[in-house]
Amino acid sequence: MDFRDSPEEAEFRSRLRSWLADHNPGLPASSTDDEYWARQAEWHTALYDAGFFGLSWPTRFGGHDLPSVFDVILDDELAAAGAPPRPSLGYLVQGITTHGSDAIQERFLPGLISGQERWCQGFSEPDAGSDLASLRTTATRDGGEYVVDGHKVWTSYSDVADWCFLLARTDPGVAKHKGLSAFALPMDQPGVEQRPLRMINGVTNEFGQVVFDGARVAAENMIGEPGEGWRVAMTIVSHEREPGELGYVARYAKSVKEMERAVGADPGAFRPDQRAQVAWAHVQTEMLRLHVRRRLSERLDGVEHGPGGSIDKLLMTWVEQSVGAAALSVSGARAVLDPDDVALKTYLYSRAQSVMGGTSQIQKNIIATRILGLPTE
Amino acid sequence: MDTRDSPEQAELRRGARRLAAELGPATVAELDDEARALRLAGAVRDAGWLELRDADGSSGGPLASGVDTTILADGLAGAVADVAFAGPTLAADLARRAGAARDDRAGVAYGPDLLGVAVVEETVTTERFEVVDLPVDGSAQAFVLVRKDDGYRLAAVAVDDPEPGGRRATDLTRTTGSVRPGAAVVEIPEQRGLTEDDLTAWAALGLALTSADLVGVMRGVLDLSVAYATDRKQYGVPVGSFQAVQHLLAEARCLLEGSISATLYAGWAVDELAPDEARAAGRVAKAYGARAARTVCETAVQVHGGIGNTWECMVHVFLRRALLSTEWFGDDGAQLERLARERLGVPMLGVPMLGVPGVTDGLP
Repeated sequence: MDFRDSPEEAEFRSRLRSWLADHNPGLPASSTDDEYWARQAEWHTALYDAGFFGLSWPTRFGGHDLPSVFDVILDDELAAAGAPPRPSLGYLVQGITTHGSDAIQERFLPGLISGQERWCQGFSEPDAGSDLASLRTTATRDGGEYVVDGHKVWTSYSDVADWCFLLARTDPGVAKHKGLSAFALPMDQPGVEQRPLRMINGVTNEFGQVVFDGARVAAENMIGEPGEGWRVAMTIVSHEREPGELGYVARYAKSVKEMERAVGADPGAFRPDQRAQVAWAHVQTEMLRLHVRRRLSERLDGVEHGPGGSIDKLLMTWVEQSVGAAALSVSGARAVLDPDDVALKTYLYSRAQSVMGGTSQIQKNIIATRILGLPTE
Repeated sequence: MDTRDSPEQAELRRGARRLAAELGPATVAELDDEARALRLAGAVRDAGWLELRDADGSSGGPLASGVDTTILADGLAGAVADVAFAGPTLAADLARRAGAARDDRAGVAYGPDLLGVAVVEETVTTERFEVVDLPVDGSAQAFVLVRKDDGYRLAAVAVDDPEPGGRRATDLTRTTGSVRPGAAVVEIPEQRGLTEDDLTAWAALGLALTSADLVGVMRGVLDLSVAYATDRKQYGVPVGSFQAVQHLLAEARCLLEGSISATLYAGWAVDELAPDEARAAGRVAKAYGARAARTVCETAVQVHGGIGNTWECMVHVFLRRALLSTEWFGDDGAQLERLARERLGVPMLGVPMLGVPGVTDGLP
């Protein structure tokens, strides 16, 4: 057991640190501001071009074939520099590498990893949230193509995406989990209409909804086999739940640091309970930082696509919501009086963490039955 | 960076769990089985587990790492093993840091709030001190510190207790003793004394060990609760098939996993980081673990229903152990207060930090 950097890790850390000293774009926190979402592509490209993105992914697709723990170093240093977190797309990479053919991987992974091609994820629908397998968007075979009709929602980055990682029903005649297939669908076509969603904290650039009306996707763009869609989706959501894949620790650490700076500048202006809330947010964030180290170290034994991500998702949710609560507490009346105050936005955004990527209740169902082995009713 | 157990650590972990399961109390009634408890104590002693923090002859450092000690603390607590481990280990570590000879019958005397080792200004104590986790065959004495201009000297006081072998107050698996006001303080000969840094590093070990004990308690009580929820039927089905019960247990599992991650780092930090960084890592693990353990144990009582509120049910043995390990070196509130002070530079005026005068938790 060793939490210290190896010589290679230390060299990487120091190289990254000096690069960040000159290249921190100083974007606002991702959770609170449209400017972040507008400029996220630049940040992705800058990280990628400098050799600091896609660290654990295959070299032939633009990654660096490094152990996953290098992502820990990246997150550490982004947090220390107050830089934006890395773009969260590891779960799409896991989905494509696990289920996509060689041709699919070669066609799509380089653009996804480099940021040259941007992606959104078309899973949830207005009537298919937690019960994802009941989704009604259809993809109907028509010669060498599929024709897609339906309505997706909670689609991150749908306004800028070149491709949609689409889950659609290709066989309505079989059980609901068995009739789904996954596709890489081009967004720039007449049959795709994208509408932004304005979220609880006012941000409009993160989530959208997408209506497909006779949209077309080539049959060769299917990811996995016909009917494999549910398994593809489960691979993706299991990684979408992992803080190690998302890099959110850097975002939480940045928020805690800002709170500590505010309180530390004038300690007498804050009550002991406010200081204790900031300390608790620090404790939670530290726990998650260490938990990610442990999880990514375990990947040295091989990556698993199991239910463990549900534990990590709940821990991450509690951390994000503790940080949000502390921000609200420290800001006090300012949070409700000053429309530009960032604390209210941080707090409001934190409430979504127990819903997105599978609700906390769904995670607890998974932990109870698949990890604890409790009986089902 | 690799937080996995080495092969030796994995073997130590298996060994501790095996021994605790074999010789620990399987039922509340077995707590009174003295022959079993003596076999357990003998096995722990024979394994050399009480000597891990003794000085390595060549380097002067400890024989085994902080990680190794937390692995054992976790393993023993998982089966609420009623054998002294953290207490003697902390005594040995304090003696090593002072450059004093080993004394396997010594414990450590703490202030009444259990935050840290008792410090006396004079040769005679005026406070009552508490000794936690006495060696099972009865501690003749406990360590205290005598404050000097240039640091601290290690000294011994007699442990005075109405019952031979100490008493079991709240925690039914570890013994506590007390030191009477006015007890004679005898400085240990041939020592180099202790600095603030020594005490800070020692407190880091105390925080890591008590956090690891809480991890073990959570692990053990959660296993019991999952088994009970699977077995116990109401409405003709196992109670563990109800979502309301499942969600409580799922949350408990998450709290356990988070505590494990924070505690691994705290244990590693003891010997690998500067004293103040190691202590900060210990505070994080303890603050998180204490809150987690309280919730997990209360969940266990709830999941066991009416039976969970009886003396015969093992759950309260775990809860009681968690309560002592929480208070020992300070509960979550104490850690948060100190983290706020250390990280925000906030003077804690008006907040009692040390509990009583003359007790230090290693803070200047």
